[in-house]
Amino acid sequence: MIIVASIAIFVTMALALLRGLLGPTVYDRVLAMNMFGTKTVLLLASVAFLYGRSDFLDLALAYALINFIGVQAVLAFVQKAAGAGEES
Amino acid sequence: MAAVAEIVCWALGWVLLTSGAAFVLIGGIGVLRMPDLYTRIHAAGLTDSLGPILVLSGLMLQVGNPQELFKLAAILLFMMITGPTATYALANAALMAGIDPVPAESSRPDREQVR
Amino acid sequence: MIVAVFGIFLLTLLVVTAIAIVRSSDLFSAVMLSGIFSLLMAANFFVLDAADVALTEAAVGAGVATVLLLGALALLPTDERQGNRHVGLAALTMAANITVIIYATHDVPPLGDPAAPAQQHVAAWYLAHTPELIDIPNVVTAVLASFRGYDTIGEVFVILIAGIGVLFVLSGGRDQLLPKRPEPTLNTALKHHLIPQVVGRLMIPFIILFGLYTQFHGEYGPGGGFQAGALVAAGLVLYSLIEGEQAALELTPPNLLFGLALGGALLYGAVGVIAMLLGGTFLDYSVLLSDPIAGQHLGIIVIELGVGLSVTGVMLTIYHAFASRVS
Repeated sequence: MIIVASIAIFVTMALALLRGLLGPTVYDRVLAMNMFGTKTVLLLASVAFLYGRSDFLDLALAYALINFIGVQAVLAFVQKAAGAGEES
Repeated sequence: MAAVAEIVCWALGWVLLTSGAAFVLIGGIGVLRMPDLYTRIHAAGLTDSLGPILVLSGLMLQVGNPQELFKLAAILLFMMITGPTATYALANAALMAGIDPVPAESSRPDREQVR
Repeated sequence: MIVAVFGIFLLTLLVVTAIAIVRSSDLFSAVMLSGIFSLLMAANFFVLDAADVALTEAAVGAGVATVLLLGALALLPTDERQGNRHVGLAALTMAANITVIIYATHDVPPLGDPAAPAQQHVAAWYLAHTPELIDIPNVVTAVLASFRGYDTIGEVFVILIAGIGVLFVLSGGRDQLLPKRPEPTLNTALKHHLIPQVVGRLMIPFIILFGLYTQFHGEYGPGGGFQAGALVAAGLVLYSLIEGEQAALELTPPNLLFGLALGGALLYGAVGVIAMLLGGTFLDYSVLLSDPIAGQHLGIIVIELGVGLSVTGVMLTIYHAFASRVS
């Protein structure tokens, strides 16, 4: 049963990557990266159970904590570019 | 009694994991098929909240010791807190950069558009 | 079987992402795609059962490196400057290399083959002797910190040199490497957004706590100094994003960051020198205490602490070197 969930998560990762490649605006790519990150956390948790190695859950926990820093950085730094763009 | 509990856990785990997997997949398809950035953010954000709840709850029924249960609960908690925040940050950044949402076309053109 | 299927799938996605990164001319998109690339590599390492490496790749690549690249991009125009198009010689060299490498892979033993040469000799000796000589469950940390301690001190110095290099390149010859007092208008971008502020303030203690957990849990599970340094640095980068650059530089002044970076490396070297003074060779932890195994444990804890401090210091130095110039 965990294999079913893992395969579904893999397919969704591929779909998110496709959006990352296609996305006309750059924010589609940021969305793809964020979605990829959450799917990675789920994949790490599922495969940790699949392999029977429960200490691998530490990786999923670490990544769940760090995932959203990237999107916050996009918000913070893009505001600079947007602000500069409006002034020029 | 213990056997019944075990079967219930196994069945519940199956249900939770497959429904979680289904929601995750729906989110992936939605991100590809939606027409506009904001609708895609909506698709990704909603399913990133529900999918992990179901999948991690299903995994919590498979644990061998309480330490794993605690770690899974912590992962779920942090994903619930940070997921909607990321959605907010992304939508806000896109709005500030000037990407406007595409207004919906009414399916009944004779009615007035509600502004 | 499962490993092979997962691995092939991930590697295919990796190739697709790499091609997309090379072909995109918008640098912002390239940075996002390289974040996805790091995640794919972390998943790949994980599927191959290399948990320590996967944790490091996830923490560094998808956490800190993406933010560093975004900070650098905020200083630059966002489109790639068109370089010269002399692809002939490059393509020829690449074709020759790829042919040689593919020819060489015919001799590589199958994935996970226990009779492969890499699994004999030294690896088998480490696996056999870790319980009696060092007695910690995580053999990766035992090899990294004790059996191959020289390599690890080299890695710490390489990280230190990277930080020094970034500072010198960015300072452009001026005297001051990092601004002592940044202007108050610097990078207060997220202060006006309530939701990221609240959530960020909630998450920072947990990130730093988890970094400390990873630091000291490295002997029992995936973890260690490198991962912990990256996690704590990520937490403090989040603080800088939320509260602004000035507040972050008041919290961790540049001298503190330099002190962390250099102090960590010196701590590592000091353990080695103390081992020499106590009669052993450089970085022989067995002589640190009267019981050799307890000495090994003490040595590993202290040098991992040194590694963690140094990595934190260097990553924050590099981040602030970029972010304090965004105006």
